[in-house]
Amino acid sequence: MTDKKNWPLWEVFIRSKNGLSHKHAGSLHAADAEMAIENARDVYTRRSEGVSIWVVESRYITASSPNQAASLFDPADDKVYRHPTFYNLPDEVKHM
Amino acid sequence: MKQAFFEYLLRLGDNALVLGHRLSEWCGHGPILEQDIAMTNIALDQVGQARSLLQYAGQVEGSGRTEDNLAYLRDVGGYRNVLLVEQPNGDFAHTITRQFLFDAFNYFQYEALRHSRDEHLRAISEKSIKEITYHLRYSSEWMIRLGDGTEESHQRMQAALDDLWMYTGELTEVTEVDEIMLDAGIGPGLHSIKGLYDEKVSAILAEATLQQPTGAWMQSGGKTGKMHSEHLGHLLAELQFVQRAYPGMEW
Repeated sequence: MTDKKNWPLWEVFIRSKNGLSHKHAGSLHAADAEMAIENARDVYTRRSEGVSIWVVESRYITASSPNQAASLFDPADDKVYRHPTFYNLPDEVKHM
Repeated sequence: MKQAFFEYLLRLGDNALVLGHRLSEWCGHGPILEQDIAMTNIALDQVGQARSLLQYAGQVEGSGRTEDNLAYLRDVGGYRNVLLVEQPNGDFAHTITRQFLFDAFNYFQYEALRHSRDEHLRAISEKSIKEITYHLRYSSEWMIRLGDGTEESHQRMQAALDDLWMYTGELTEVTEVDEIMLDAGIGPGLHSIKGLYDEKVSAILAEATLQQPTGAWMQSGGKTGKMHSEHLGHLLAELQFVQRAYPGMEW
């Protein structure tokens, strides 16, 4: 820990309940992973939002470039047969 | 016996209320946003514990005083918190050190209170211990990081520890009320808590590379109400101002 201006940024992922996947909740500053978990607990789960927390330093996330959005995503637009909309889902299946 | 139990509940409640109020003074002034929220979270936990305990104290006393009466209408002489928790925030090092020195005691105290013979106190302890476990973890982690941090953080932490050490003796000092509570199976034996406390504090201080002060004259008088430090009066002036200026006001 050098000084507070050098604290790295962390991305926080919260699992809201068992069975669901972790979702990005936001980001925060912390000196190390342990403190990032504690800060995340205080900043993002004060109102019982979660049962599990993941943190990862933001610099380890590789993001797709907005410039490539057209080539990455547009080709999927006209392939309607990839959606499972032709099946009837039983009511018992949740979280699809 | 009833009077001793009332006094004992006041001690528990006042410790939580006064330290909670101290932490609330950081609201909006924390060193970074995340710590501002962390400290006010702990403050809210403690004020919540104070509510349960003072409400119960009022019931035990049986003369119709509520948690609000007890919090807002007792003067310095009526407060039963230990001297440690009323000490001013100082710098972040002082706040963290005060918190750690108290949390370590409070943790073992509430662990023991979960087995109290009094059902209501047991229920309050069961709820509080989860919060207190987190408080101790929070303050321990900061002790280690700041003690074993930079040259400046180490020096500030050592200074805070040297300043506050003389208030640690009172935490496990055995008074008449403690003896009555122990005999009644309500409160824990403070001798065994002192053993656990010393062990925990030594371990964390060692990891934080801080020197445990020796030979300090231990201050006392807070939990018996004999003699509070000058700081409590100022704290209560702020805590109680609205009810004193506008008696019975609600919003």
